[in-house]
Order: sequence, then structure tokens, then C-alpha cells
Amino acid sequence: MTGLIELTAATAAERVRAGEVSPRELFDAYRERAASEDLGAFLWVADEAPDVPADAPLGGVPLAVKDLFCVEGVPSSAGSRIIEGYRPPYTATSVERVVRAGAPVLGKTNMDEFAMGSSNENSGYGPVRNPWDPERVPGGSSGGSAAAVAAGIAPWANGTDTGGSIRQPAALCGIVGLKPTYGAVSRYGMIAFASSLDQCGPLTRDVTDAALLFRHMVGARDECDSTHLEYPEEVRLPSRDSLEGLRFGVWGLGEEGTEPGVDEAVRAAIATIESLGGAVDEIELPHAPHGLSAYYVIAPAEASANLARYDGVRYGRRAEDFDDLISMYERTRAEGFGAEVKRRIMLGTYALSSGYYEAYYGRAQRVRTKIADDFREAFGRVDFVVTPTSPTVAFKLGERTANPLAMYLSDYFTVPMSLAGLPAISIPCGLSQGLPVGLQLAGPAFSENRLLDAAYAIERAIGFERRSFS
Amino acid sequence: MTVSGEPWADRHWEPVIGLEIHVQLKTRTKMFCGCTLSFGDEPNTHTCPICLGHPGTLPTVNAEAVHFGLMIGLALGCEIAPRSIFHRKNYFYPDLPKGYQISQYDIPLASNGRLGDVRIHRAHLEEDAAKLVHAGSSGRIHGSEASIVDFNRGGTPLVEIVSEPDLRSASEAADWARLLRATLKRLGVSDVNMEEGSLRVDANVSLRRAGHATFGTKTELKNMNSFRFLERGIAAELERQYEILHNDGTVVQETLHYDPVTGSISSLRSKEEAHDYRYFPEPDLVPIAPTETMMERARAALPELPAARAERFERDLSLPADTARLLAFRSELGDFFEQALAADSGDPRVVANWVTVELVPRLSGEDPFESRVTPGALSELVRMVGAREVSQSAAKEVLDVLAAEGGSPSEIVSSRGLGMAGDDELGSLVDRAIEANPRAAEEYKAGKQKAVGAIVGFVMRETKGRADGGEVNRLIREKLGA
Repeated sequence: MTGLIELTAATAAERVRAGEVSPRELFDAYRERAASEDLGAFLWVADEAPDVPADAPLGGVPLAVKDLFCVEGVPSSAGSRIIEGYRPPYTATSVERVVRAGAPVLGKTNMDEFAMGSSNENSGYGPVRNPWDPERVPGGSSGGSAAAVAAGIAPWANGTDTGGSIRQPAALCGIVGLKPTYGAVSRYGMIAFASSLDQCGPLTRDVTDAALLFRHMVGARDECDSTHLEYPEEVRLPSRDSLEGLRFGVWGLGEEGTEPGVDEAVRAAIATIESLGGAVDEIELPHAPHGLSAYYVIAPAEASANLARYDGVRYGRRAEDFDDLISMYERTRAEGFGAEVKRRIMLGTYALSSGYYEAYYGRAQRVRTKIADDFREAFGRVDFVVTPTSPTVAFKLGERTANPLAMYLSDYFTVPMSLAGLPAISIPCGLSQGLPVGLQLAGPAFSENRLLDAAYAIERAIGFERRSFS
Repeated sequence: MTVSGEPWADRHWEPVIGLEIHVQLKTRTKMFCGCTLSFGDEPNTHTCPICLGHPGTLPTVNAEAVHFGLMIGLALGCEIAPRSIFHRKNYFYPDLPKGYQISQYDIPLASNGRLGDVRIHRAHLEEDAAKLVHAGSSGRIHGSEASIVDFNRGGTPLVEIVSEPDLRSASEAADWARLLRATLKRLGVSDVNMEEGSLRVDANVSLRRAGHATFGTKTELKNMNSFRFLERGIAAELERQYEILHNDGTVVQETLHYDPVTGSISSLRSKEEAHDYRYFPEPDLVPIAPTETMMERARAALPELPAARAERFERDLSLPADTARLLAFRSELGDFFEQALAADSGDPRVVANWVTVELVPRLSGEDPFESRVTPGALSELVRMVGAREVSQSAAKEVLDVLAAEGGSPSEIVSSRGLGMAGDDELGSLVDRAIEANPRAAEEYKAGKQKAVGAIVGFVMRETKGRADGGEVNRLIREKLGA
């Protein structure tokens, strides 16, 4: 039944709801692919199809779930050895909602450990390969989810984005990735990296699928997450084909670190926007270039506290040999955490230390406010901000592992929106060196409907040809 | 405040003491999750993924804890912050499942208040740690064979109250802590049981040269689990610091443990060993911004507080200050007193005296409402004394019976024949007494007033205290023609 695999999630759901395909048939087709995939995208695959009513809104179309989400009874390790084999006693709200709408969990996808990375090479369980070129990374941290969707191993996936972890892998794998407004999707059950930035969102084959999945991620206010808000309107499936009357502010073209091929593909996409009737202008986000610096203080600071619970006392790994409490802590954490996680815990601990707090954390928070102000001002003049998603196409495995700073630059265009809590979507807009390039569109808080509509129009005009599924 | 008997003034050093009090709130559920509170239940039966710090879980603020916090803040005359925020206080310990305690830091719920003569620096909300039990001989974590964690207590709502360093003696500190306890008890927000740990008092103690404005180096004295130990601990620490300073030594800033059994003070950790808690705003919680409705509800929930009640007892009922404070600070005594007074509006001072002087020693510390004596019975007894139906001393005997068996005073009086001796009975008894003490009678007639004592004593013995002393005196004088 390879024909099934070719269907977008929304189309497959329609087929199921029309009675043409059974949910089980669909699930098994993907289960088989997920169980035998060789990209390293999955860490766990479900044994059998759960019962889904054929009239469920999501039609039983199975969902690949990033390993960062707790799913009751299912190994949930956040890509880390420190909670290897941990089976949570509860399920994350956003997963629960999607499952209840009729998208059963297909499996858990590989990721950078605790979502810290831009290449998926920081996983405690090995790297993920990019379906476009197995010698290259899929991006990160939602690398497993992005690769699975791009390779047709999963119809769709969820992911999390803290500084670009949905958008950048979506760009590098040639799929759609939406980072919603901060607070739009409940974080309850999403293993925390940086609480003030983390946000769950969809990784899908097209914009319609993204809207459909996002529609079922949001909803009534989750009493378990104080930072969650009821979504102010119904999420619609996009239908727009013109961009008449919409203003697009372009930011970040011609940046030094951006590959010419990426710039070129984005410029071509901007020409498409204009041809669809969109008004395009350059805008300034004066503080956005400092986003990365602020991000690499705030995110590690929050992470240093969020990861303190992995102490070997209650669950997960505990070192075999230790002399006393302190050595138990030290050895457990030395063995359980990977190098990048340790680096960020140290960065964050330092930034919060007495005497340094103001110089680092305090200042970073002020930069964050300035960046949010920049966007507010920009959205007084334009409806959307347009940038490349990633300055480069997928790079080779191992190419940047020795240079964390070069790796961090992958998030240059995505971090500002994260700091401002704004929704942003990456859609594929062309190829460079035979590899996908992502176009990022960002809007004001809770403008997902308009963002999805615009992205849909652009997507249709570009007609990006996805990688064929083997 | 009572004046202490400590001789610091003579020694040119002045104690400077501030208290930090942790109060466990008696909300139905924990501070940040839905687990019910418990005390003494089987370990780890009141837990959930949230209070065990499982991956992916998030805290949500208990509205009842905020309500209690607001009540405490208002009762202590504090300003309530329009937007107070939570912080994470980071440190590793097995009783802290998240590796940080959610507390408040630079913007507490309440600040700048006053209770009695002592200013309140702040009062903030936080969560309690779990309970560690150390197996092995030492009972401390070092040297124990194993440590077991009971997470039932973990996440219990706490209010931490910090006083300004306005206390000047150990006894003053203990007295003020009693007032605070009475206030919290009256608010009904906590069990305030020091032995069970629902009220925990730490003291910051230092000495400075009398008349100087600058403070000396302080030490922090931890976990004294009774007011007596609090007073003794502070006194011992003041003495220790005095010895150091008097000999030109330097007090080291450290956290200390007072052992009430040996009376010794030992160091828990020095300033150098102090944690850097790396406080930062808790990103999982939004600020507490009390609405006018919340404030109104907290205000409406405030009962009359002990300090105000003591003032009312003094002002409106003319009770002596000490009696007023005793009744007001032990609110159950105050309630008993007011109910007894309401049952038969006698002289408040007399009723108060019966409650504080006679009833309290017969209660051995228990709540009067849990004793066999009812406010109505005490009230009746006081009335009978006033009406000379029973003598003072017989009435005390009646109270003994009431405390032991309960019942009604009039029935006890009649069934035990404790009623006041009548005039006929007294008249003949006085005659017999004069007969039996001829010498005393002679001396008395000769003008020696004191001599009458022997004759009165005879009558009292014979009536087993059922006679009215005044009446006996009058009869003797009449018969002896003096």
C-alpha cells in the first residue's frame, strides 16, 4: 500500500473518514516503515495500532512524537541517557489532545539531548541522517521528527522549538514547521529545556497539514500549565491564493554568514510573494542580531535549573559506584549527560551566579525586551516578517561538532522570534546545492491563521517538489 | 514587651535579634499540585508526578494558599504587592525533587508590616521540602547508612515571615514568637504546632555595642522546636557571642544548631560554605496579581486578632494587662472566657481571674473546650461565689470536681454539702471556737488584731472551708464585743 504513504495527512484523514481506508491499515503501513527505517529517526515504535474511531477528526493518521514528550508507559528520554528507559506515568497535554482527536502515537523520534542542538548530533542515541543526503544532518533539535516526515516514514510529527528546533530542521529537510505563539500550546508533559521559550508545534509535509495538526494542539486553557492560554479563535485550514493587501517586511538578506544559494532561493521566494500581490519592503530589527547572545544566556540559565532534577534520586540513571551523596550526584550526571548539555548547564550556572547575574541574565533579559519591541514596531508597518530560516542548507555530519559557536549560528534567524514569543513558520522555498532551503515567515502573537494562510499561498505558488519516498 | 532579666545593659552590649518563621499552611492541597496534605500518614502516599519532580511536569499555584498568604499579610499590617513573582532557589538535596525550591525573592507577596512592637520585613509564599529519614546511629545525613525520602511533606505550602531585627532579648523574642503564633492560630491558616514542624522558628542573633547604630556580625540559629528552646537557644548564643566579643574576638557568620538536651551550640555551615542559590524568576508561573475581589475576601476572613483582642479586654473589660494578654494570646482561653462572661454577665475581672488563675492550672495545657468544664458551668460557679452561696475555697473544690467529672456546680454543691455554712451553724461554731481558744480571745479583746486568726482558722477547719471568711470575722467581733 505505498499509495497510502504518498498522501498528505489531511488527505489520508479524509480517506479514512470517507471509509476508503481503515485507520489500522494506515497505521500499519507507517508502523512498518518506522520499524525498518535506517535514518535513525525513531527511538521507539508502537507495536500495534490502537483503536481509533473512523470518524475521528484526524482520521487515525499516526503521529510521530518527539522524544521530549511524555507519553504514559512509553519510553520518553528526551534523547538523553540520563533517563534512558524512563516511562512516564502520564501523557503530555498537547499529545493527549492530538491523540484524542484521532492521531495515535506512531513512535518516539530521535532528537538532540534535551533539545540542545541544531544537528541532532547531540542525541544520546546516535545521529539522524537527512533523507536528502544521508551524509548530512537533518538539523535539530527535532531532527528525528523532521527526517521522518521528509522521508515519508511518518505522515506528520510534532516537535518543539526553543530557538529554532522546529523551523531549522524543517528547513533542512524540505518540510513545513510551525513554531506557535508562546503559550498557544500547553507545555505540560513536554520535558523542559528553557521554559520561557519552549513551544510545541507541528512538522508536516505541507501547510494544510500544519494547520490541521495545530488546530488540535491548541484549545481550552490547560489548568496544568500556568503559561498556557486558550487559543483566541478557531484554527482554520488555509485557503488563500493571493497576497493582495498584505505587507511583508524582509529582514536578514545578504548577511555575512548566509550561503549565497540560500540567499538566492529566499530572494526568489520574495519575488513570488510580490507576484502574488504582496507588498514587500525591507525592515530593520535593530536588536535582533544580539538575539543569539541573549538566547545563549537565557536558555542555558533556565536549563541549568530545569535539568537539576536528573539527580539519580527518584528515577532514571543512578551511577553504580559512589561514596556519598555528592559523588552520587556527580557521577550520575557525569555519566548521564552529553557534552553539549554539560556545556549549557555550566554556562547557565555561571550566568546565574551571585555577582554575575546582572551582567549576564539581567542584561540578556533587557535585550529580549528590546527585540520584542523591535517586532512590535515592525508589525505596525508590515503584516509579516520574512527571513531565511537557516543561513545554510543541511551540513555534513561532524562538520560543526568541534565548533559549538558555528553550530549556534544555525539559529541566527530563528532565535529573535523565540525571544519575542512570536509565531513563525518555515516552508521549503527551493534548493541550493540540491538541498532544501527554508523561508521563514513570522507574525504577531496569535496570528497563526493569517500566517498559515500566507504560507499556503506562497507554498502553492512555489510548488516545491518534495523528496520522493523510497 | 516584658523586660528581660538579662544583664546585657550592664555589659555595654545590646542584643539584636530578628526571627524567620516558616508556617505550614493548612490548605487542602499542596502548593503547586493537587495532592492532599497529610501528617503522619504512610510515607509517599500523598505524591504525584508534579511534587515528585517528574520530567515535563509544571507547577500551578494553589489559590487557597494565596488566600491564606493574603490573610497573613493583612493580619501583619503588610503592604500587598500588586504583582509578586516566584523565583527558583537552586540547590541539590534529596528532599528537593526539582533541584530547586519555588519561593519568592525580590518581590514577595507582603512586606513592610508590623506585629506588636516588631516590624515585619516580609512574608512570602513557598513550598516545603520533603522529609529525610537517616538510617543508622547518627540521625544526620553524614555517617548514616542510608537515607530515605518521604515526599508526603514535599510541596506543602509555606509562608515565610521575616521580622526586622527589632527584638532586644531572648525572652522578648520568645514572647513575640508567641504573639505571632497566636495570631496565625487565630487566622486559622495553620496548625502552628512547633513539635510537628508546622511552625518553625529560626533566629538571627548578634550583639552590638550599646548605643551604636551598626549591627554586629550575626549568626543564624536553626530549628528550635519550642518557645522554651527558642529562648534558651538565643540566650545561649548571646552568651557565646558575648564571651567572644568581650575577649576581643570576632564572631564568625555561620548557621548554628542548638541542642536543647545538652544546651550546646554547633556549627552547621559557615558563610564560605553557604549556597549560592542562583535565584531567578520562575518561568513556569505567572505573577500573583491579587484582584480587588481576592483582597476583599481576605479582609473579610480576618477575625479579631490577639493584639487587638488584648487591647479590647484591657480597655472595655478593665482586665489587667497580663490577664488580657494571656486570654487573647491563647485564643481558646479568650473564647472560653468570653462565653463564660456571656452566660452570666458577672464582673469580667472576676471571671477572667477564675479562668486564668483557677481553670488553667486544672487543664494541664489542654484546650478548655476539650475539658469537662463548660463555660456555662464556670459562669454559674462564679455567680454562686458572688451570691455567697458557696465560699471561695469550697468553690475551688467544686472546680476540681468539675474538671475531673464535669456536671453542674449547684448539683455538686448540694450533693457534696459544700454550700455556704448558714448563720445558725456559724453562730454556734464561733461560740465553740472562742471556747476552744480562750487565750486568743483575750488577746484579741486586748487589741491584738492578729489573734483572731486562730479563731477563724478553727471555724474554717470545722466547716472544711464552706464558711465565708468575712462573715466569720464579723460574728467573732460581735461576740467578743470588740
